[in-house]
Order: sequence, then structure tokens, then C-alpha cells
Amino acid sequence: MTEVPISWYLTLSAILFALGVAGFLFRRSIITVFMSIELMLNAVNLSFITFSYQFKQVNGHLFAFFVMVVAAAEAAVGLAIILNIFKNRATLNIDEIDSMKN
Amino acid sequence: MDIFLFLLFAIIAVVAAINVVVQTHPISSAVSLIGVMGSLAVLYLLLGAEFLAAAQVIVYAGAIMVLFVFVIMLLNAGAEAKRGRSLMVQLLGVPLLVALLGLLAYFVQRLFPQGVTVHFGGFTGGTAEAVGRALFTSYVLPFEVTSLLILIAIIGAIVLARKELD
Repeated sequence: MTEVPISWYLTLSAILFALGVAGFLFRRSIITVFMSIELMLNAVNLSFITFSYQFKQVNGHLFAFFVMVVAAAEAAVGLAIILNIFKNRATLNIDEIDSMKN
Repeated sequence: MDIFLFLLFAIIAVVAAINVVVQTHPISSAVSLIGVMGSLAVLYLLLGAEFLAAAQVIVYAGAIMVLFVFVIMLLNAGAEAKRGRSLMVQLLGVPLLVALLGLLAYFVQRLFPQGVTVHFGGFTGGTAEAVGRALFTSYVLPFEVTSLLILIAIIGAIVLARKELD
């Protein structure tokens, strides 16, 4: 049984985080930007669990668990905000939601 | 076997994550994101985090993504409009991101010696019993604060989403 180096897991986490950053910066739909944030949170969770394996302690699992709970709360509030924005402005394009700029 | 499973699900996760970023329709992105979360759940299992693997499938792939898909359908969100970006952004964006990722991967490979390896069953402290024991002893204060946060989130979501009464 061949074993996987722990750095591969961390590199995968870095790749997923970078893709999340790319989605956050490049995309224009507010929902996709929000999904990119979830992708970044997942990448960080993978890091937490990998470190938990490395140190043979359960603490990393708890941090990942709290991240999950906060992500759920954030998704509920964030999507309610998106619903409100769409109700008031009838657009989901973040370039057109710029009333705080002027 | 371990390395085969890792590579299989890592490749699925990366391909699905790329799909999240490049798809123009939000529903396609959402379905790809479910793929990322599912394959991450398998990787959690390989790392011995069985409770979190179950929570990942139930909370993330289940609850949160259903909420996303529900909102996408409620808003009838279509494909994102194409928008011309400046030439510098087009030329520099992706190479800079690849450079960042390469540096990150390089330092990860440097900092973590190749001797530390992951094999299935190498860490069995991630059961529901172990996580629950730690959650209700040393992490009981963060747990209570989280419950307060969820209460605030519920109230906030209701206040934001309610119909105006006037």
C-alpha cells in the first residue's frame, strides 16, 4: 500500500484556494462570487484536517466544524442579502451594484 | 490504493473547481461545487475524519448547496454577460495566479518533509465520539458562541427576507 505525502494534501488545498480566489476576482455574477467564497472555505477546511492528521490531534477537526457552521450561517444571511439586492435593483451583476461608490 | 484514491478524488476536485470558475451559468457552477464538496468528503475519510466527512456531505453538499440552487432558481439567474476586460488584466491575471500557486506549492513542498505520509487508518481520533467529547469539554465556549451566531443569523435572514408590511 503506497502512502501519500502530506504535502500533496496541502498542495491540493492551495490549488483549490487559488481557484476560489480566481473565481472571486474574475466572475461578475454575485452568486458565483459567493460560491467561490465557499470553495475557499472548503480548501481551508482540508488544510485543517490535514494538519489534524499530522499532529494526531482532534483540534483541527473542531476548527473545520466551526468553519462549516459559520459557512452555513453566512450562506443563509448572504443569500437573503442577494434576494434583497435583486428585489431592489433587478440585477445580479456586481459591476452594476455600485451605489456606495458615488 | 491510498495514492490511487487520493489522485482520483484530487483530480475530480480540481477539475470541478476549475469548472466552478469557468462556467458562465450559476447552476453549472453550483453543480460543480457539489462535486468538489463530495470529493473533499472522500479525502476527509482518507484522513480519518469520518464525522466531518458525514457533516461535509450533509451540511455543505446538502443544506448549503440546496440553498444556493434554490436562490438561483428563485431569481431565475441566467448566464453571466460577457464583459470586455482591459488587456493588462487578460495578459497578467492568469500568469500571476499561476505564479502565486507555484510559490505556494514550492514552499509547502519545502516545509513539509516527504517522510510524513498519510495512510488510511493512521489516525482514528476523528470519530463522532472523539469530536463530540472535545466539543463539549475544551471547546464548549466556542460551541455556545456559535449557537448564538446561528440565532443571530436566523433572525437576520428572516428580517432581510420578510415582506414589507406597509
